Amino acid sequence: MTTAPAEAGWRFRQPSVIPGFGVTLGFSLTYLTLIILIPLSGLVWHTAALGWADFWAIATDRRTIKALQVSFGTAFVAAAVNVVFGTLVAWVLVRYRFPGRRILDAMVDLPFALPTAVAGIALTSLYAPKGWVGSLLAPLGIKVAYTPLGIVIALIFVGLPFVVRTVQPIIEEIDREVEEAAATLGANRFQTISRVLLPGLTPAIVTGFALAFARGVGEYGSVIFIAGNLPYVSEIAPLLIVIRLEEFHYAAATGIATIMLAISFLMLLVINLIQSWSRKRYG
Amino acid sequence: MEVRVANVRKEFDRFPALHDVSLDIKSGELIALLGPSGSGKTTLLRLIAGLEKPTRGKIYFGDEDASQRTIQERNVGFVFQHYALFRHMTVADNIGFGLKVRPGATRPPKAEIRRRASELLDLVQLSGLEKRYPTQLSGGQRQRVALARAMAIEPRVLLLDEPFGALDAQVRRELRRWLREIHDATGHTTIFVTHDQEEALELADRVVVMSQGRIEQIGTADEVYDTPNSPFVYGFIGESSSLPVKVEDGQIWVADRPIGLATPDAPNGKATLYFRPHDIELLDGCNGCIAGTVAASRRVAGTRRVELEIGGGRQLVEIELPIEHPAAQKSRIAFRPRRWKVFPAQDS
Repeated sequence: MTTAPAEAGWRFRQPSVIPGFGVTLGFSLTYLTLIILIPLSGLVWHTAALGWADFWAIATDRRTIKALQVSFGTAFVAAAVNVVFGTLVAWVLVRYRFPGRRILDAMVDLPFALPTAVAGIALTSLYAPKGWVGSLLAPLGIKVAYTPLGIVIALIFVGLPFVVRTVQPIIEEIDREVEEAAATLGANRFQTISRVLLPGLTPAIVTGFALAFARGVGEYGSVIFIAGNLPYVSEIAPLLIVIRLEEFHYAAATGIATIMLAISFLMLLVINLIQSWSRKRYG
Repeated sequence: MEVRVANVRKEFDRFPALHDVSLDIKSGELIALLGPSGSGKTTLLRLIAGLEKPTRGKIYFGDEDASQRTIQERNVGFVFQHYALFRHMTVADNIGFGLKVRPGATRPPKAEIRRRASELLDLVQLSGLEKRYPTQLSGGQRQRVALARAMAIEPRVLLLDEPFGALDAQVRRELRRWLREIHDATGHTTIFVTHDQEEALELADRVVVMSQGRIEQIGTADEVYDTPNSPFVYGFIGESSSLPVKVEDGQIWVADRPIGLATPDAPNGKATLYFRPHDIELLDGCNGCIAGTVAASRRVAGTRRVELEIGGGRQLVEIELPIEHPAAQKSRIAFRPRRWKVFPAQDS
């Protein structure tokens, strides 16, 4: 009876009638450790072998900085574009009934399933100066393939389903009556959408953004075909890592990877904090 | 504001939900649309609000043809059964929403909107909850906020769709009384939909009884209860018992004997007799009465409900007796309804 302080404020385990807490928590921790934690700590471990001076040299190398800028910048723009059009697509899929809706719905998942290299090659052949789309844009002076714009387009392609699939269920849950209430109170359609519907969708949209963004930062296969991979211009960080590996410069590769990891972790952390803050407010 | 519904018909995919409904509502009146589910009462309310368009017919607010107006222009306050509050807004923002979305010229300044919101919160007895979010309120509180939000736009008509349907019995009774008080204080023309007859009879100035897309009867609580004009209203409002009878030369017959009730205007032929189970007189000798053997006897709250088998056809009829009444011990009871009505039998 001395071991259990019954009135203790904090307890490791909330009492619950649902069995299996120990087993499932144990499994989850082991699994996450094996799959995520060990590889990531290996990465940090390798980087640590570098020493601060070398690490700083790699981190401040102009080529590294440029590559990181391209990676995060294009991923951000692509995720932002996806937020707008992905939400629109989700809205159309939920709200309207039209022939071919189910096919369109299924098509949204294609970027999930398609090998990204295939997507990259297809996009490159379309947007290359001699391609179908590229040849139309070329006279306007717009170059897509082999520029950061091309990277953005590839990332929009791979990121779209993340936004659609996170926002779609929430739109399905929207209570028709809430829209009707706004209308009876005198709100026009634009006011209803901007003041009533979008704020309700925001948490889902932010999640979709985070997923698309994270996917974009890590994307490799589709980008390297369309990017042209010019150092300082359209070279993405994952590619730079591969280049360093091919030069047998493992420490430099892991150094860049660690920086990417840190930035990604920070951004996802911020997004999650925003999420939990809004969830606390709106329940 | 007077509301006039003129020959309105509404079809959903060719299926008629309302047949040619007309209804005049006086300014400041509290009206209940009462009916079973599928009777078209909610459809009628939504048509008045402008949430649906009539297939045919018109709706007037005063002299103005509201059917030509969009829902935003109609300026109606609508309260939904499930509140439909905006979850991401505080209570004060919810109430102020209708004022905030007004076009610049007619939009009150921010401080004024805030003042109005807290004034309305006082009216619905939720003072001090301005900063709460809807999820932090109980069901009854949410419905009060919804009503305050609807009243904030100074609506011409207040429409409530089963406003208390999602609340438990005690809160319902409380809110019912409270709604009546608010109505008397503010004087809005108010129409509410309910399937709860007790609610309708207690609360409304006039009750509109609806069934299968038609208005069966419009009247005060007394009128629809005491003089129902159709078998449906008789059966739907209050307790009722019915018995197949025959009308011959102005006399009502059950099986092969007259029961001492005269109905000079009814046509000869088969008919159905309706009466309230409690509104009967017990008779000793049966010289013109309804008599039957007791099939079952149940105690229900303050009365005893007795089921009688009448005549050879073994028709079951329910009557109510005072608890201590000696007749409850007998195996055979004779009675005659005090107030009753016969309707010609329908061919069905």
